[in-house]
Amino acid sequence: MCLAIPMEIISIQDNVAQVEVGGVKSQVRLDIIDEPAQVGDFVIVHAGFALRRIDREEGLKTLKLFQEGLGLELVK
Amino acid sequence: MNLLNKFKDPKLCLNILDQIKSELNEEFRFMEVCGTHTVAIFHSGIRTLLPEQMVHLSGPGCPVCVTHDREIAAYIALSEKKLIIATFGDLIKVPGPGGRNLKMVQAEGARIKVVYSAVDALKIAMENPDHKVVFLGVGFETTAPTVAAVIRMAKEQGVKNFSVLSLHKLVPPALKALAADRNIRVHGLLLPGHVSTIIGIKPYLFLAQDYKMPSVISGFEPLDILQSILIMVRQKNTGQAEVVNNYKRAVRDNGNARAMEVMYDVFEPSDALWRGLGLIPGSGLAIRNEYKDFDASVVHDQELPQVNEIPGCKCGEVLKGLISPDKCPLFDTRCTPARPVGPCMVSTEGSCAAYHKYRL
Repeated sequence: MCLAIPMEIISIQDNVAQVEVGGVKSQVRLDIIDEPAQVGDFVIVHAGFALRRIDREEGLKTLKLFQEGLGLELVK
Repeated sequence: MNLLNKFKDPKLCLNILDQIKSELNEEFRFMEVCGTHTVAIFHSGIRTLLPEQMVHLSGPGCPVCVTHDREIAAYIALSEKKLIIATFGDLIKVPGPGGRNLKMVQAEGARIKVVYSAVDALKIAMENPDHKVVFLGVGFETTAPTVAAVIRMAKEQGVKNFSVLSLHKLVPPALKALAADRNIRVHGLLLPGHVSTIIGIKPYLFLAQDYKMPSVISGFEPLDILQSILIMVRQKNTGQAEVVNNYKRAVRDNGNARAMEVMYDVFEPSDALWRGLGLIPGSGLAIRNEYKDFDASVVHDQELPQVNEIPGCKCGEVLKGLISPDKCPLFDTRCTPARPVGPCMVSTEGSCAAYHKYRL
């Protein structure tokens, strides 16, 4: 039930953002996100609310750690 | 580059899997406590790829499954009081006492609305000012702040016909009950990613400190899960238990302070009943006195009725990882997803339903 989907913010008006993923559009509230969200950010969406902005840098860092450990080159 | 696709990369996954195989030197029983992990581990095929010594157990990680029979009896009783009940779809087919569920109550004339968000429940209340609307609040820390935010919206807007039956539950107290139970043989815990997005890493630290339990906060892509398993295995091999945040793109170590503030403004910790685990102190969320006008248990005077357990159903033992779903005598005989007897077979994220769907 804690399923949450990463969606991209298309526009923001007051406390509500229009979000989209794979052509599916939705509205989410920004009442409980703890940092200012901007258009173009990916946010984790659960039950009509954005929970958090996805930290792309941290994601890349995690991938790089795997990559280094395995001698692979997947992330440029 | 699509970041998320990289976390599904088969080549990278197989490499991690090889490492797990080479470093695993004895039986390792790990438990996840999140229905989304349950489904991801089955759906991605990880379960069939893991070596035999690696045993996957699904714990009490599905809020629908851990909802106690007495709580189900309470909301079914509420639904018979000529109210509009707004609920997540997950609860609709969960059988209560005597096998009755919301679907049946609806067929008898009760007004039950399925909503995707508590916001939608509040909208129903505002559109139907002559009717009282009750939202059934189930879920863990991921969901509870969203419901708290909606209760605050209702108060700010002076909505008089909206209330919430709070059956929310908190994950760390349940993990403590599990870790302290000597009958449960678990060597490592895969911690729920999106619960952790809200609460951060601190509430789990006791797992390593007090119980020497390797514990890893994990995302939901195959690479996330495999890497988290590898971290647990390495901890076991070195004898150093730690709590690790392996989902940093979505979980800050401090969690989401604003969501926690909203949640604890509206709710306060309370004792709660869990299926299988019984009463766990401080594991529930009750609506604070300041918001009592929005507390359905107060507004509609609804207590938890005494009920008899569902005969034969082993959901409780499944939820503690004591037996696998197929060891329940009802599994795939009297209890199937089409005709579920217990909640673990109802929810798509329940271990019995996942076992039924993906079992090879």
